[in-house]
Amino acid sequence: MYNAKFVIPGAIIFVGLFTAPFWTNVFSAKHEAVKLELPQKPVTFFGEERTQCIEPREWMAANHMEMLIEWRDKALRENKRIYVATDGRKWETSLQNTCMACHTNKAEFCDKCHTANSVSPYCWDCHVEPQGNK
Amino acid sequence: MVEKVLKGSPKYYLWLLFLLGIIGYAFVVYVFQLMYGLEQTGLTRNTSWGFYIAQFTYLVGVAAAAVMLVLPATFHHYHPYHRVIVFAEFLAIGAVIMCMLFIVVDMGQPQRVLNVILHPMPNSVMFWDATVLCGYLILNAIIGWTSLEHESRHVEVPKWIKVLVVVSIFWAFSIHTVTGFLYAGLPGRHYWLTAIMAARFLASAFCAGPALLLLGLLLVKRLSGFDPGKKVVKSLSITIAYAMGLNMFFYCLELFTSFYSGIPGHADPIVFLFCGHEGLNVWVTGWMWAAVVFAFVSIFFLAIPKFRANMKILPWALGMLIIATWIDKGLGLLIGGFAPTPYETYEVYTPTFWEISVSLGVFAVGALVVSILWKIALEMKKEGGEPFALAD
Amino acid sequence: MKASRRYFLKVAGLSTFAMAAGAAKADAAYEGYSEGLKAKRWAMVIDTRRFQKPEDMLPIIEACHKVHNVPSIKGPKEIKWIWDDTFEHAFANDPNPMLPEDVEERRFFLLCNHCTNPSCVRVCPPGATYKTEGGLVAIDYHRCVGCRFCMAACPYGSRSFNFKDPRPFVKEINPAYPTRMRGVVEKCTFCAERLEKGLMPACVEASNGAIMFGDLNDPNSIVRRVLAKNFSMRRKPDLGTDPGVYYII
Repeated sequence: MYNAKFVIPGAIIFVGLFTAPFWTNVFSAKHEAVKLELPQKPVTFFGEERTQCIEPREWMAANHMEMLIEWRDKALRENKRIYVATDGRKWETSLQNTCMACHTNKAEFCDKCHTANSVSPYCWDCHVEPQGNK
Repeated sequence: MVEKVLKGSPKYYLWLLFLLGIIGYAFVVYVFQLMYGLEQTGLTRNTSWGFYIAQFTYLVGVAAAAVMLVLPATFHHYHPYHRVIVFAEFLAIGAVIMCMLFIVVDMGQPQRVLNVILHPMPNSVMFWDATVLCGYLILNAIIGWTSLEHESRHVEVPKWIKVLVVVSIFWAFSIHTVTGFLYAGLPGRHYWLTAIMAARFLASAFCAGPALLLLGLLLVKRLSGFDPGKKVVKSLSITIAYAMGLNMFFYCLELFTSFYSGIPGHADPIVFLFCGHEGLNVWVTGWMWAAVVFAFVSIFFLAIPKFRANMKILPWALGMLIIATWIDKGLGLLIGGFAPTPYETYEVYTPTFWEISVSLGVFAVGALVVSILWKIALEMKKEGGEPFALAD
Repeated sequence: MKASRRYFLKVAGLSTFAMAAGAAKADAAYEGYSEGLKAKRWAMVIDTRRFQKPEDMLPIIEACHKVHNVPSIKGPKEIKWIWDDTFEHAFANDPNPMLPEDVEERRFFLLCNHCTNPSCVRVCPPGATYKTEGGLVAIDYHRCVGCRFCMAACPYGSRSFNFKDPRPFVKEINPAYPTRMRGVVEKCTFCAERLEKGLMPACVEASNGAIMFGDLNDPNSIVRRVLAKNFSMRRKPDLGTDPGVYYII
């Protein structure tokens, strides 16, 4: 092979660097799940005190971003501002007035998970986080 | 082919380094604009577009100008142009890249630029403008590159390229027409709401673009000895003279409609551009009058064969023409368009140090792209054995 | 119920691994508020006779700007949803040097006209500004790229651009409404979010009946009844935008 003494070590170094994240993960301390602060106090929605989240917890963790985008489009473009959840309960489609009415602690709830997953959504550039946080 | 970029004289390297320096400086300034928003521009609530969009408009014209060589060469088999067509196409590539950059630096949320593709709105002229510009960039890149490669190897250019060339001729007209539509379709902007807008854009493009190209070719002749040929210089300067004449004629049509009809909406922006408004200090009036002077002087020299053929005078005439058309489109168009405001009040937009810095950076990117592409073209031509010096 | 819930959880669990956008959809539905106000064509009538001085208008402007978190930025880069100006400026296409004294001195509210043929909607490249049911012209601030084509297209100067982060300039943030971010265009919404909950727009509510709001297509609506009895004007009707704000002179 032409220039094998450079190509082969080079390829090995490249593969090593490229897969570095996996190796560091395998040999480092066990990954700890992010501990979120979940709200305890019941909050009144549509005249009813509720402690349960809109949809089941796992589903929310995986899909809340898509749900919020759908909420946005339904509210802004179709004037449909009520979400009827899978269990039939009704919610106002509002990040500020529904989600954050319970999840008042942005730093301990939203940010923790977003930071761990290194995503930085710009929701709060416009949407106001609850005043109690400061 | 690309390796040709790396071979060059110290002068060539210094030039690239100089451009990279400007780009680096402008990039730093742009990062500030990105962080703090368009606050640092001279734009206001009433003058929502300014220097950036004006440069974009001017450069679409420069890009479209390649057609002034491609069309005679293709439809009329005017062979002398074949020697330099690739320079026009590569200039168009640089111009389109600058156009795109000017659009992006003008955006309030540039990271969302893909929304224009993700949620396309065919009723928006801006959507079509983005589409035709991208298309034109691709067309010119493919045509320029392929024909250069074939020519330097003395092989016949493939048939499909000839089809693309014909497409690109119509495409070139479309890009500047659509840019004209950006302005000409807005109710309530008196200076822009005119059916002749697109035609005037094309006329000014077809003089300014070839003028820039011809100046570039004359410079290349000095630097590398590549002679475009007397025939090319002659026919290009005739084209430029006719287009400039049309451009000025079209502007006079605007003047007639505005002032003979006496409708204030039509006349006010023009009065504002040339005379200001009730003592308001309008810096652009001096520029506008300078443009008028430059336009007349340049058309005088270009229209008279004796002067136009004089290689001592021609570059100056071309330079003045470029300045005149640039003031008209790069300053007057936008400032006049936003005067008066929707409340019939007047305000003066002045580009800030920040806007001009970022714009210089974009121009430097364009110059870099064109320098590199022209360098490749020259080297390829040399390699292909094309004679640099011509007898006639 | 139980079976469907188990199925839902199963789908939910699977969807955790689905990466594509929209891959997961809860078995849910959307509806409007039953108390929401509906109209074919919302329109506003401003009885300008009841606003002579800027002091009459200030509370109304403040009511709007407060509820919508409109920042107070002074100077040519200002942001405003509703403001006031003279006849000469408001009806710039109707120059009349012989106006009656009281009209000449009167102030006129300016705001988005929510046109039937809005030129801003026509030009928006990503469809960030659009018309909704009821004829409102709305902006999706999430989608706006900040190209400001709509500002050039609006013949009424109704739109403002966020040249910088507006939040530090909102005096008292209304926690129930979002602010905007730097780099997007904003304007009056005819209070779409209030109409949906059965409330009148904030300016109408604060005006003591001097601003009326209703369905232009309903002959019995307040706007139709008022317009039938009084002479009214609209701003730049000759441009064919068909504005939805009427001024009783």
